[in-house]
Amino acid sequence: MTKSIDADMVRRVAILARLRVSEDEVQRYVGQLSRIFDYVDLLNEVNTDNVEPLTHALPVTNVLREDVVRPSLSSEQALANAPQADRGFFVVPKVLDQESS
Amino acid sequence: MSAKQILKTRIIVGMEIHVQLRTQTKMFCGCGLSFDAPPNSHVCPVCLGHPGTLPVINKQALRFAILAGLAMNCRIASYTKWDRKNYFYPDLPKNYQVSQYDLPICGEGHFDLPSETDPQTIRIRRAHLEEDAGKNIHDTGAHTLVDLNRAGTPLLEIVTEPDIHSAADAYAFCAELHRLVTYIGISDANMQMGQMRFEPNVNVEITHREGLSKTPIAEIKNLNSFRSVKNAIDYEAQRQIAAWEANPGYELGQAANENRGWNDDRGVTEFQRTKEAAHDYRYLPDPDLVPVTISETMMKEIRTDLPELPIARRKRFVSDLQLSSKDAETIVDHRATADLFEDAIEAGGPTDMLSKQMINIWLSLANDRQTDIANLGVSAAGIAELAGITDRGDINKSAAKQIAEAMLSDKQSPRELAKHLGLVQVKDTAATQAWVQQAIDNNAPAVQDVLSNPKKAKAAVGFLRGQVMRISGGQADPKLVGELIEKLLTPKPD
Repeated sequence: MTKSIDADMVRRVAILARLRVSEDEVQRYVGQLSRIFDYVDLLNEVNTDNVEPLTHALPVTNVLREDVVRPSLSSEQALANAPQADRGFFVVPKVLDQESS
Repeated sequence: MSAKQILKTRIIVGMEIHVQLRTQTKMFCGCGLSFDAPPNSHVCPVCLGHPGTLPVINKQALRFAILAGLAMNCRIASYTKWDRKNYFYPDLPKNYQVSQYDLPICGEGHFDLPSETDPQTIRIRRAHLEEDAGKNIHDTGAHTLVDLNRAGTPLLEIVTEPDIHSAADAYAFCAELHRLVTYIGISDANMQMGQMRFEPNVNVEITHREGLSKTPIAEIKNLNSFRSVKNAIDYEAQRQIAAWEANPGYELGQAANENRGWNDDRGVTEFQRTKEAAHDYRYLPDPDLVPVTISETMMKEIRTDLPELPIARRKRFVSDLQLSSKDAETIVDHRATADLFEDAIEAGGPTDMLSKQMINIWLSLANDRQTDIANLGVSAAGIAELAGITDRGDINKSAAKQIAEAMLSDKQSPRELAKHLGLVQVKDTAATQAWVQQAIDNNAPAVQDVLSNPKKAKAAVGFLRGQVMRISGGQADPKLVGELIEKLLTPKPD
């Protein structure tokens, strides 16, 4: 069975998604998400013993391209929608004490 | 005496290695790769993560990954897929990195680390393709600058089992893996340019009076030299042992695993974060990228690109060509050098002299010019001929070096150059004796030392020999000169 949705899980998912949610919203989402999960849980009633696991919705494989350079955007075009730019760089609020993976 | 008496410790290390693939374009778009181009000049809507764009897999990156897998004896997946690893960071424009989670392109394999005393097998857990992130530049006041040229660069991440048990073995493994990826041509693996990055996972198994303990695992992030891999592991193991002695709760499973960074200046690892609040990357299959199936035919075809690997080649050079293991290692280190060496043997060069000249002449000339032997523009036939005439005694060793240098700019054969430069060795005893006599006449103090100062005699003979070579313009046969000096300066019995 699917794990049930409680307030802690909603808060945790909100943090992972960088969403700020109020306590009222947490309670509301517990109800809403639980109903969605219950609905999806209907799938568990289907017998899948003899069904291959599906890893992709499209029945297509091996869409590949040759390793040939194509023109990139100019730096001006690349930065055209940037809220802030400086000397060809995107400018973002200072990143502190975190690292990429 | 400490309450926790340690009887024995054993380091446990598993490696994660990122290798940048030597493709022309990025993993999922046609942008070219660049190291120091102006910021955001090699980007397009795909690698900028604009909505509505679709990534397409680079075929060459796929081939390189399979080639690497074959070289590491990995099981190659017949079916492999792409997953999104979700996290937020400004250098990751889509807010996810395309990677491979549960069906990586390369599965279990193994890497045999040779050693005369202690050969080891390092098991490979997996190797998968992924895209690199961009670069954040932190050194300005209130902001962070982002350059996305690197975003989307194809990487192969190789993960080993924790089969390494010393810092020296970790160094050897990383160096051997570096040689492997350059040999099979999947990466330039230039470490200054970050094209190969190492992340050791380190902990220690401690045998003590009360039994066996293990320390929590530390992952040391982003090392870019073999030396820092070795030093960081050495430091980290000692740090963990000391922490275990000092803290009752410092045990695997009780205290948190952590990420640490290596501070090369101070020679210490520094705490970054615990893995207690483990990042939940919420991997999910990428709906924009369809899976890849790898057929037997494709695998066979790629297998034909697999050259003889460095370890096997070294072994063969020792067993079949009778090279010392040190010389074999030096020559095999770069594929171009080893290829040229074998071509020169094929062209008729004497193996022993060739191996000496490869190392003492050709590699040293290449190193002086900070290039590869292959780029010196000298043919295998020329290299073979030079070794041949040196071996026969037509020229002496120092003349060989001069001729080699001349060969870099002069297309004449070594034989012609020897004549041209007056370096053909004179084997005529009378002529040589005249040179020796001249050296003796001009250097009375040295002669005196040879005759009557046993402490300085050897050095004085060497000095005189050098004088003869100089007088002869390098044409004298050093062996004959030595014999004549000895003959002329042996005190005659009264």
